[in-house]
Amino acid sequence: MKEKTYVDDIDRSLYDFRNEDKDAYKLEEGLTPEIVSKISEEKKDPEWMKEFRLKSLEIYNEMEIPDWGPSIDGLDMDHILTYVRPKDNKMQNKWEDVPEEIKDTFTKLGIPQAEHKSLAGVGAQYDSELVYHNVKDEVVAQGVVYSDLESAMQGEYGEMIQKHFMKLVPPKDHKFAALHGAVWSGGSFVYVPPKVHVEIPLQSYFRLNAAGAGQFEHTLIIVDEGAYLHFIEGCSAPKYNVANLHAGCVELYVGKNATLRYSTIENWSKNMYNLNTKRAKVEEGGKIEWVSGSFGSHVSYLYPMSILNGANARCEFSGVTFAGKGQNLDTGTKVLHNAPNTSSYINTRSISKDGGISTFRSSVVVAKKAKGSKAAVSCQSLMLDDISRSDTIPAMDIRTKDCDIGHEAKIGRISDETVFYLMSRGMSEEDARALIVSGFADNVGKELPLEYAVEMNNLIRLEMKGSIG
Amino acid sequence: MAEHLLEVRGLKAAVEDKEILQGIDLCIDKGTTHVIMGPNGAGKSTLGSTIMGDPRYEVTGGSVFFNGEDITNEEPHKIAKKGMFLSFQNPIEVPGITLANFIRTSMEQQTGKRIRVWDFKKELQQTMEVLQMDSSYAERDLNVGFSGGEKKKAEILQLLMLKPSLAILDETDSGLDVDAVRTVSLGIKEYKKSVGGALLIITHSTRILESLKVDETHVLVDGKIVANGDSSFIEDINENGFERFL
Repeated sequence: MKEKTYVDDIDRSLYDFRNEDKDAYKLEEGLTPEIVSKISEEKKDPEWMKEFRLKSLEIYNEMEIPDWGPSIDGLDMDHILTYVRPKDNKMQNKWEDVPEEIKDTFTKLGIPQAEHKSLAGVGAQYDSELVYHNVKDEVVAQGVVYSDLESAMQGEYGEMIQKHFMKLVPPKDHKFAALHGAVWSGGSFVYVPPKVHVEIPLQSYFRLNAAGAGQFEHTLIIVDEGAYLHFIEGCSAPKYNVANLHAGCVELYVGKNATLRYSTIENWSKNMYNLNTKRAKVEEGGKIEWVSGSFGSHVSYLYPMSILNGANARCEFSGVTFAGKGQNLDTGTKVLHNAPNTSSYINTRSISKDGGISTFRSSVVVAKKAKGSKAAVSCQSLMLDDISRSDTIPAMDIRTKDCDIGHEAKIGRISDETVFYLMSRGMSEEDARALIVSGFADNVGKELPLEYAVEMNNLIRLEMKGSIG
Repeated sequence: MAEHLLEVRGLKAAVEDKEILQGIDLCIDKGTTHVIMGPNGAGKSTLGSTIMGDPRYEVTGGSVFFNGEDITNEEPHKIAKKGMFLSFQNPIEVPGITLANFIRTSMEQQTGKRIRVWDFKKELQQTMEVLQMDSSYAERDLNVGFSGGEKKKAEILQLLMLKPSLAILDETDSGLDVDAVRTVSLGIKEYKKSVGGALLIITHSTRILESLKVDETHVLVDGKIVANGDSSFIEDINENGFERFL
């Protein structure tokens, strides 16, 4: 038998660039009420937000670190800078006004190109401040609000934000939600008025760029009755030696008969602790569609949750997780069927190689009143060698007999025959394996806009499908 | 002596220490058509796969030369690039890549050149018409959900697009209805006509051969070629079966 080759690690040289750390200032490394107050003052928070932050800090100090998932012992909160901002932190609406150095980083990430391809707006976070923000005129003309959360809080949507901010993910949810509540910074606010159909996706690109800096961006999206929005969040972070923490929070409110598609490709560098919390509440007849790709990070805890709160509300979740060497990615999703005739469809793929650990964890709860509901969970795992690991932990809590629940799990390896088939057509073994992996992840790939599908395939070291498609 | 296109000498191959091919000799000249017949389990598919470099089979003896080059332990994709093609008995379903993109990628891999989309699409469409394939198959994932007949047509489509100098067809007619066999035969004839390549047809039935001019017929039993003949031999086997060779 010939020796097998394996799909190589993702080539990160493309993504692991970093800029010199020229930031104007950094706060002390620990976390105290003084620091939180200082953050609040810097941000010119309204009074309620300052109180919210301090209250969250108290909760943070009281809560224990979660002990049920991958180890986060490498994280030393006392030495993580929680707040770093670029020198020139004024909001930018024109590409020409963005500082050269930052522009250079974004150019490497393909931000302007993506925008040229008629994406509706770009809200890109550089460290903790939004430095570049641009919403296309047509979206504004439709009455859509797309801005950074801090400035939106000061304006006419302040009350709406206060009413919704961390109501889906309260600080008491877990320790890192509390931390987020205390030090959150940057992020996006989107409001889509009733019946407005936003044709082109809005996108936001988050990046971390300072050693030891955590990123705590908050995304708050409200899609009003009968409206439609596709929001894309892409993440990429340069590599650093100090452990990095990402504890963002995403709250999505999907109104009656509204639809929100929320797509993410997360590509954190391999020292990142990604402890992100995402939650959506869907009203009657509404729909949330999650498209989620998790590639980077050292450790991830990520389980976007859908609360189906009105009759006939729906949720679809398509996810792919790729755990390579040194990665322990614990991902999945949660659904709460809290009203009659709600439905959820979960379709995930996990890939592990080079000793990587990929765990799929899901929770489906069907409340007693959710009669006539349907839930289908399908998870497939692909292990690319003998030293990698893949676990599936699907939990179901069904409180009514009047519902239709399905679950299937498959686990496998790449068959030698398939590799031979592709090789017999002229593909090298490495290309053949990469193609098979990319095809395996196509449940997410086919749901993404082309640029993102291409980026994802790049991440799987596979430009094949995208570049010829 | 003129150089053969394919020259197999004393080829032995094993899988998990079980020797399946026990010394095969076979020469195929440019543009000729050979048929290998034999009962189930004789090693016919193993022979095709081993020639194509399938790493699941270990070559334990002998050699394979293609265009005068020793390809005995060569990797399949390198053999493919030299102009050999293997049509699979059970084409594999590969989600995530369309039939059209797969063929274009294969063509680009083999020629090392980028192919213009417009030219490719035109040629693909014309070829699919020859095979009476619905053009929608081009945009479907490779073999995923194809019927048995469509899978075999997709193999012949690849054959016609890739234009190899030697095509090994492994049981291409198995499991097909009469109409599908006719279409596949048409495709094979088209290959002979437009590409002029050589064929090694592995089969245990003869339906696919009816409209082809066969140059040589070989009978494979228990990993050895036990009889050779010309095209008339096929009819003989058809009537009298393999029993006398067992």
